[in-house]
Amino acid sequence: MARKLDEINASSMADISFLLLIFFLVTTSMNVSTGLTRRLPPPLPPDQKPQDIDIKKRNIFVVKINSMNQLLVQGEELNIRELKDKAKEFINNEANDPHLPEKTLKKFDLLGNMEYTKDHVISVQNDVDTQYQAYIDVQNELVAAYNELRNELSQDRFGKKFDELTEQQKEEVQTVYPQKISEAEPKNYGGVK
Amino acid sequence: MAVIRKAEKRGMPALSTSSLPDIIFMLLFFFMAVTTMKEVTYKVRVSPPSATELQKLENKSLVRYIYVGEPMKDFREQFGSATRIQLNDQFADVSEIENFITMERTAMKEEDQNVMTVSIKADKDTKMGIITDIKQALRRAYALKINYQAGARQSF
Repeated sequence: MARKLDEINASSMADISFLLLIFFLVTTSMNVSTGLTRRLPPPLPPDQKPQDIDIKKRNIFVVKINSMNQLLVQGEELNIRELKDKAKEFINNEANDPHLPEKTLKKFDLLGNMEYTKDHVISVQNDVDTQYQAYIDVQNELVAAYNELRNELSQDRFGKKFDELTEQQKEEVQTVYPQKISEAEPKNYGGVK
Repeated sequence: MAVIRKAEKRGMPALSTSSLPDIIFMLLFFFMAVTTMKEVTYKVRVSPPSATELQKLENKSLVRYIYVGEPMKDFREQFGSATRIQLNDQFADVSEIENFITMERTAMKEEDQNVMTVSIKADKDTKMGIITDIKQALRRAYALKINYQAGARQSF
């Protein structure tokens, strides 16, 4: 009978792989980055001064945040909790109020005839000393307003949430409720520095 | 005569550990697959703001990060405690952002250059002044797709 070959002792294999495992646990991170995605307007040509684009007053929704993180919405002081409803009311203009943005009629393939506020703009203006969290809160509430409106329309017309719609349906809902949040050119409010 | 031989020893056989390495390797591969390497070592302290309407940042290879916050304790003596910007592994000035973005973009593949996203990871107590400066710099560098990093929150 041939002599059996000595087997390699594999008991330390577990230790080695444990070591590798711990190394990877330490050097890698699992957190998924999340955030609010925005698109900035393209830069102005250097020789051109920021011009006031002619937008009718009723089409603009102005949100100002001061250095104490207080909000001034359409000239009135407002709590951040009420901002979403106020923004929804503005974007929707259900009663066709002459102080809220004008409505345009458009025929969609899937949605049919829809009246929507095509030219509305939400303008966010902030102070130099505004806290970042307050700014994000405002952005968040505005995005929430759009998301809620989109979901409501999708639920109403297609019986589904916005995320579950097909591409074409999504596109049409997005045309009705485009995210139009403009970030104003920075201004120096407190005089020249 | 057939004799049924009984096992000499009774009792529990030793538990075989030979499959232990395989199990650990499986765990290892799992972690290698689901985690990513840490981007940089932070030199500034960042606790991101919270929000509810979050979107996941996809395609990490197309994302470049700008960190904004107060310097960590170790760097306080050298850099003070005023809010600073960190690009990659170094402290930087607002004026360097434009250059940084251009450099990063030229290093990318041509078809990816247009879809580059810049993620601003700023501390929640940062003043908006510095953020506005960064945004203006990004506009000048034509890095228009941006992302404000934020953590999840249920409601107010």
